[in-house]
Amino acid sequence: MTLTELTINQAHLGLKKKEFSALELCQAYLDKIKEKDREIFAFLTVNEELALSQAKQVDDAILADQELSILAGLPSAIKDVILIKDIRCTAGSKILENYIAPYDATVIKKLRKENAVFLGKTNLDEFAMGSSTENSAFGPTRNPHDLTRVPGGSSGGSAAAVAAKECLYALGSDTGGSIRQPASFCGVVGLKPTYGAVSRSGLIAFASSLDQIGPITKTVEDAKIVFDAIKGRDEMDSTSVEIPNIPNNQYDIRKIKLGVPKEYFVKGLDPEIEKIIKAAIKKYEEMGAKIEEVSLPHSEYALPAYYIINPSEASANLARYDGIKYGLSIQEGKDLMDVYLKTKGEGFGEEVRRRIMLGTYSLSAGYYEAYYLRAQKVRTLVKQDFEKVFEKVDALLGPVLPVLPFKIGERIDDPLSMYLVDVYTVAINLVGLPALSLPCGKVGQLPVGLQIIGRPFEEDLILEIGKNFEKHGGSV
Amino acid sequence: MITRKEVEHIAKLARLGLNEREIEKMRGELAKILDYFEKLKKVDVSQVEPTSHSIKVENVMRKDESSRSKFPNSQLIEMAPDRKDGFIKVKSIFGR
Repeated sequence: MTLTELTINQAHLGLKKKEFSALELCQAYLDKIKEKDREIFAFLTVNEELALSQAKQVDDAILADQELSILAGLPSAIKDVILIKDIRCTAGSKILENYIAPYDATVIKKLRKENAVFLGKTNLDEFAMGSSTENSAFGPTRNPHDLTRVPGGSSGGSAAAVAAKECLYALGSDTGGSIRQPASFCGVVGLKPTYGAVSRSGLIAFASSLDQIGPITKTVEDAKIVFDAIKGRDEMDSTSVEIPNIPNNQYDIRKIKLGVPKEYFVKGLDPEIEKIIKAAIKKYEEMGAKIEEVSLPHSEYALPAYYIINPSEASANLARYDGIKYGLSIQEGKDLMDVYLKTKGEGFGEEVRRRIMLGTYSLSAGYYEAYYLRAQKVRTLVKQDFEKVFEKVDALLGPVLPVLPFKIGERIDDPLSMYLVDVYTVAINLVGLPALSLPCGKVGQLPVGLQIIGRPFEEDLILEIGKNFEKHGGSV
Repeated sequence: MITRKEVEHIAKLARLGLNEREIEKMRGELAKILDYFEKLKKVDVSQVEPTSHSIKVENVMRKDESSRSKFPNSQLIEMAPDRKDGFIKVKSIFGR
């Protein structure tokens, strides 16, 4: 038995039956990290000592025949924008290179209650801004399926770590596709929950009306287990809510109606990806689901609206890195203004600076109405598109990305070309919907993900739809 | 088309220190991205209300009661790059 191949349930049962110990499981993953991470660079920090001590505690509990929660002793990796008390949290930025988190994020507290094991913190685009993990101040992560290619982003380290079996599961964050997209590029499962389903307390803020934490896992079942562990209302995040009970939720695939937005199959979509996504849709039809073509007429406007709203919120959130309270501080110069200018100018990388500039511009006097306010109105129209479609169908199917994992360096010098790969993922954040990225096929050795989009708080339904795909072979 | 002067103005508003070369590069990149945003002008938004929050939530209230901070003050002050006597120290606000 190869310990790093196990799913959450398999590993849980193995611990319970004492087939192996939590220490052995933890050591197997630490060994894998030592073997592979030199070339993949999924981890920014590995907490070997912490992880082994957490595993030891679980072993003690097993010896004492204590009840074992499902995630107890299972080694995880956490995106380095989520705070773990007393562990460095960089956000992939020089400005937080030496920042030690003073408290636990709510999701970390919840995982601690389950006696989870934290192997380390994963690489990301600086402040989660990017689609390739190339914007990390500490160097790019490589795609385990092809080391010359990007793993996607911004949760590229988390997705690559799961794909390379360097952790059993990982947490990521998704502001415009940052969980789903690297999950698709790395051939693993990623769930972006409904806005408000998971507390954002202790998540380094990027664009607060769009950010959500979610799981990146080997299987859909694993994604559900991790999501169930981290979800729920939290008094530390007033935008978090208790997931309402959805009455009579219908899980029989033969009674489910799946919509296929025609705007998602237009110019720009790689024909090889289109072929695989269409075959996946066909597979659902064979399982007995009703497939219906639908229209989201404002789809093409979601991306420009997103790239106004996202930098606007980011520019406000990142104002706090001023060289005074914590983080990098460049004290040269004569007055406070110099400290601000030098700290931000030198501490932030190119993409972060670009977003701060775009956001400040969009919010500044004279441009606010033409850019920010107009984008917020377009957001309403995008939302209404989805509301109308969800009157007719239960969930939507489509691609996660229009392109295959691209070469490291291919897009990094052309910011707009990098933004354009987010075309299928950003609308979901503007509207706050849950969406799953599910591996559904490959072009050569490069994975392709299917996106399953649900109504607000219907995570369980889209997860069930995803499980049906896995049950029927898992790939086209 | 965004001008060099505008880029300098925005950078100053954002407290972002950019050198000559960076300002010129930024101008070119912003121009291209802002040009892409022009697409939104094609949408009729005259009758549309803006959305700032995607999921409906009512005002979230709590009792107006004080509670103890979970951190000792000193722990947070310790994180500041420059300190004196338990306070955060900053450079002068007006140039000498």
